[in-house]
Amino acid sequence: MEWLDAIIQGVLLGGLYALFATGLSLIFGVMRLVNIAHGDLIVLAAFLGLAMVNGTGVHPLISLIVIVPVMAGIGYALQRGILNLTLGRDILPPLLVTFGLSIIIQNVLLEVFSADTQRLKAGALETASIAIGEQIAIGWFPLIVFLSAVGVIAILQLVLFRTRLGTAFRATSDDHETAALMGIDNRHVFALAMALALAVVALAGTFMAIRTNFSPAIGPARLLYAFEAVIIGGLGSLWGTLAGGVILGVAQAIGAKFHPGGQILAGHVAFLIVLVLRPNGLFPRTRDR
Amino acid sequence: MSEDAAAYRVARGTAASRYGALVAVAGLAVLISLPFWGGRADMRTIVEIAYYLALAQLWNLLAGYAGLVSVGQQAFLGLGGYALFVFAIHAGVHPLAAIPLAGIAAALFAVPTAFIVFRLRGAYFAIGTWVVAEVYMLSFAQISALGGGSGISLPAAVVKGIAAGRMWRETTIYWTGLAIAVGAIALVYLLLRSRHGLALTAIRDSEEASGSLGVDNFRTKIWVYIVAAFGTGMVGALVFLTKLRISPEAGFNVIDWTANVIFIVVIGGIGTIEGPIVGVIVFFVLRELLADFGSWYLIVLGAAAVLMMLRAPQGIWGLIAERFDLRFFPVQRRLVFDPASFSFVAETQEEDKRKP
Amino acid sequence: MSAAPETVLETADLTAFYGDFQALFGIDLHVGRGETVAIIGANGAGKSTFLRSVVGQLPSEREQVTFEGEPIGHLPAHEIVRRGIALVPEGRLLFPSLSVEENLRLGAYGKRAGPWRIERVHELFPVLRERRATPGTRLSGGEQQMCAIGRALMSNPTLLLCDELSLGLAPVIIRQLYAVLPVIVSEGTTVVVVEQDINQALSVADRVYCFQEGRVSLQGRPDELSREDVATAYFGV
Repeated sequence: MEWLDAIIQGVLLGGLYALFATGLSLIFGVMRLVNIAHGDLIVLAAFLGLAMVNGTGVHPLISLIVIVPVMAGIGYALQRGILNLTLGRDILPPLLVTFGLSIIIQNVLLEVFSADTQRLKAGALETASIAIGEQIAIGWFPLIVFLSAVGVIAILQLVLFRTRLGTAFRATSDDHETAALMGIDNRHVFALAMALALAVVALAGTFMAIRTNFSPAIGPARLLYAFEAVIIGGLGSLWGTLAGGVILGVAQAIGAKFHPGGQILAGHVAFLIVLVLRPNGLFPRTRDR
Repeated sequence: MSEDAAAYRVARGTAASRYGALVAVAGLAVLISLPFWGGRADMRTIVEIAYYLALAQLWNLLAGYAGLVSVGQQAFLGLGGYALFVFAIHAGVHPLAAIPLAGIAAALFAVPTAFIVFRLRGAYFAIGTWVVAEVYMLSFAQISALGGGSGISLPAAVVKGIAAGRMWRETTIYWTGLAIAVGAIALVYLLLRSRHGLALTAIRDSEEASGSLGVDNFRTKIWVYIVAAFGTGMVGALVFLTKLRISPEAGFNVIDWTANVIFIVVIGGIGTIEGPIVGVIVFFVLRELLADFGSWYLIVLGAAAVLMMLRAPQGIWGLIAERFDLRFFPVQRRLVFDPASFSFVAETQEEDKRKP
Repeated sequence: MSAAPETVLETADLTAFYGDFQALFGIDLHVGRGETVAIIGANGAGKSTFLRSVVGQLPSEREQVTFEGEPIGHLPAHEIVRRGIALVPEGRLLFPSLSVEENLRLGAYGKRAGPWRIERVHELFPVLRERRATPGTRLSGGEQQMCAIGRALMSNPTLLLCDELSLGLAPVIIRQLYAVLPVIVSEGTTVVVVEQDINQALSVADRVYCFQEGRVSLQGRPDELSREDVATAYFGV
């Protein structure tokens, strides 16, 4: 039963990791950009939530009404103002520019909020749980996070496959020059993709801030979790990313059972095993690009 | 036709490279003599500059030439550092002798690491190397014989064994630092001038084309990766020989050993040997200027690197070289017209002589 | 602007470069409203380059390209397309991630009003209705070309540019494709076709330009041009 409990908690944690990963997966899919600052943007969202909750006293979940559009706006501006300039055949500019941004965001957060660990208070929601049997309890909040991840991915799938914008995303991903011949402004479409990605990041950051302690320095680790979920799931598949997040979460939960310091290491090792055995991930998209 | 062809030869030396070599030798002689007239603080700073220069050269070899953008070189730096402690404490090896051994140890670890990370391409390779570095960090934190998460110090007996007396210890470490920096530059320079150098430049300029020309990219890249790990491991041993204490956090630190190095190379100029030299100077000047401003120093450095990448991806050295046509490390092969062996038109020779 | 026929497209001293390589050397060309103009020439004469310059895929100067009286040479491709120029690119270039129907609907991304809707395109090429759910790149070459033409029509262009419609296709398919051009023209669309196949081009065109090494080597109405003139202009002497 103890193990079953660990696995259930791991699955729910995987929902959070899937939320970390969704934005990364989306922007890679649309514009082949790997954003090294992704984790730091998650942490930025958490601190924006903290500032708002501390400033106004609203519940963290209510603060999302503001934080989500603000992060989306930051995403649009970031893409239009900086990242669009780095796209091209050479992989160095986007990598090094987002790496630089990562360091800048971390240290600006450090200057503004100090290195102290923080937590978003969510009241009764933090501890409320449903008891299943004698030994297993499912926290309401982890469950909400997991269901949000499923919901976000379902919505993104609908956007990608049922809307004009989604068709433009897929066309631009295939061939941006020909997409321009359809009247698509790639710079705008890329910026919208980043806006969408950072809207999800806002959700992920706020959830993370309620669930765990955070500080300006933890961004890179979130990037690595997100990255691992994407690769385990297989590039280009959002449902695969969810599965990747769950596998990572379960591996970490099992690792923590074995050894108190083994949680994060177990997650990384699970990722490396998948990478060695199935370099294309567990659920790769079948169609070749 | 054949006579005309004889008038051309493939050359690599430039006037700048010959004067540059003289200046470099003179400068190096001054640096070597510094312990006899300089201060100890100067020596410490120069050792730090030296190991950053070596790291920058090695990262530039990976990213600038082999197209391997690694964000995980801290893995090999930490491994080299820990190897120094293992060899010196547990095997009784002289710390100086442990430095090359640390390089070899890092290179040995690089083989299985490459097996994993080479499954990822481009940007994903970058993050994959980072994951592996984290795995090494978390693993070393579990080894209690090496102090676990809190780290381990070099025992006084081992430190005393480096050389007799504090002055000689510091001088020895100082000279070792100079040797490693010069060695890293020489290694990259000679590698680029060798047959592999052509292959590397081909990879940098066009991965697809060089693949179809029969350059075995994969093997060349693996070798470069292992050589860079070797060098980085040696630097790691040197770094922690100066610090006398290592912990997983310090040994596998991504900011210290990768972010700073990337900024140095990008600001100085990626894909050239001169670039990292310029970059390391800029880095230390900025660090001095911003010493009192805490994390603003990293913000400024990061912003400078981002701006450089957006506005002048060739870096400061690239801008200088473009403007003045300077090359101190002539690794490019250039076609040079040699009037002496040109038997056809005498006037050409005269004209050529008049040109500066 | 002249009265009849009103000029839709005009290029003045249009040049184009691929890096240091100059591909076009001062092309002067005009296309009147409702006309069908053919551009012929050997491989490498600059025909495709010309179309790519007109739609903004290659950079040019503001005044070098004029569309409906407005200079457009400086505009990016997506803005030019939204003003009413559509290109059927060489090699079709359908989007592999998109179904046939999505490919067609994406053509209408700019939401220009006009006669062309998906039903009309299906009428023109019924096979596209049958295979609407298939990924675009799974179609046969001829079907892909139909889809590419349909996709371009969905933007309701004033000016339709077709690059090498016949490339790699069987003669019976080529005839089928060229048979729809009059239907397109009858909707008021102006058409420019680039072709290596001289006979095909001459049979549909009101006027012909022949390109040679990045320059216009000959122009005129098909009936005014002798076979010798065309051969000289096409191949050079």
